[in-house]
Amino acid sequence: MAAKKQTFEQAMSRLEEIVRLMERGECGLDESLKLFEEGAKLAGICNEMLDKAEQKVDLLVNGATGEETPFVQEEG
Amino acid sequence: MAEQRRPVYTVSGLNEYLKDMMEADPHLRSVIVRGEIDNYKHHSSGHRYFSLKDEKGTLPCVMFRSDAERVRFPLRSGLQVLACGRVSVYPRDGRYQFYCTHMMADGEGALEQAFERLRAKLQREGLLDEWRKQPLPAWPKRIALITSPVGAAVRDMVRILGVRWPMTQVLVVPVRVQGQGAGEEIAQAIGLVNRRTDIDLIITGRGGGSREDLWAFNEEAVARAIAASALPVISAVGHEPDVSISDYVADVRASTPSNAAELAVPHQQEVRARLQALCQRLAAAQRARIHNGRRDVARLQDSRVLRNPKAVLEDGRLTLDSLQRQLGAAMQARIHQGRLSLAQNQLAPALHKRVREGKLELARLTAGLDAMSPLKVLGRGYAIPRQGERVLTSVEGVEPGEQLDVMVCDGVIHCQINGKEKRKWQPKSKPLNRL
Repeated sequence: MAAKKQTFEQAMSRLEEIVRLMERGECGLDESLKLFEEGAKLAGICNEMLDKAEQKVDLLVNGATGEETPFVQEEG
Repeated sequence: MAEQRRPVYTVSGLNEYLKDMMEADPHLRSVIVRGEIDNYKHHSSGHRYFSLKDEKGTLPCVMFRSDAERVRFPLRSGLQVLACGRVSVYPRDGRYQFYCTHMMADGEGALEQAFERLRAKLQREGLLDEWRKQPLPAWPKRIALITSPVGAAVRDMVRILGVRWPMTQVLVVPVRVQGQGAGEEIAQAIGLVNRRTDIDLIITGRGGGSREDLWAFNEEAVARAIAASALPVISAVGHEPDVSISDYVADVRASTPSNAAELAVPHQQEVRARLQALCQRLAAAQRARIHNGRRDVARLQDSRVLRNPKAVLEDGRLTLDSLQRQLGAAMQARIHQGRLSLAQNQLAPALHKRVREGKLELARLTAGLDAMSPLKVLGRGYAIPRQGERVLTSVEGVEPGEQLDVMVCDGVIHCQINGKEKRKWQPKSKPLNRL
């Protein structure tokens, strides 16, 4: 499973799906163990993403070329 | 008799006909009238009734409460106003009247008139219709801020976006937000951002200022660029009471730039709370599943075979005994019969054969009984590895260093795992294909 590349949105919606599946209580013990592990991992990934998120702000320098530079705000 | 063929209307039928006719006329759907308020009445329902008059005539008017509340000056008789609205028939009284939706004091300036004219025009074109409004993305990945790169507005937006949802990237698209050509610049920037593939939401606006300062956002070019934008647009111009044309056309109107940032992204605290709730539900579901599993195991453990395996063996032994007795008796009877009926030399081979068959039968029954016994399986050298209540069937799930119990036929061996390796056991010979 390519767990690394998924976005927060994807991780969150997969987690919601897993909780729904498990709450339905229809899966076997093995499967529910696997789902639980995946869900716990996803929750960890989401929390980590939230903790590590750092805002990235750029300034468009040239509309035609799409050139950007980090946006530095003037103080005061 | 031609007169009889002419249609005869009811009064209300004719009124309805006139109403339909007027409402079908696009010019009457959005009209601006200049006049003086006369006979002004503020009804208890909140609706306002009055006439507009000039030197030569009067026009009966009504302004509903929700519209009247948006008028930014007190209405009274004698005021010179510009009123915007539609003309229709009030069928009960059989009179046409003006349904006023917007009003401004006459002489409020060319700007206000231009504003109202453009708003009415865009409305006629359907560009302000509710159905055109696009939903905002729930988790925008990158937001374009089309605004001035200096000043409080951009600073507030970047700060609030960062506090609420730092995962969203921000691209500041610098434009002039006031002065000659500002509207064109904003419109072009909206078009430019729409040609990019990395943006999923646009916020355009500026901080507070005078009516003239905010004017760029009342320009037709900006309104049309927003209407044409495939990306959702939040308009955030000035402070709360300021309303601009771009507010009307945008998918969402924010009262201030800060408010736009709040509307654009979720707050991470809310998301964290949601995440925590999901984790709790996940754990509860897993606990419930394990509880159900335990209940199933307990039910199986309660079954007779597992509770008292010896009893099953005793049953088998009793059956075997009785079979042996029957066999012995039958053989005796046979021998007796044989002695009676056949000569000794004739009898011997048959008797031997029968005894052999009897022995085979006995061996088969005994073997079958053995196979039924779980303890015998252990006796054959098979063992049951367990960890707690769990029976191991795979190298997965155990780690070197962990403790292991091995059940053999006469007890339990406590072991420590030194190592493990995964192997694929090949069957010794291929099963024969059936014909």
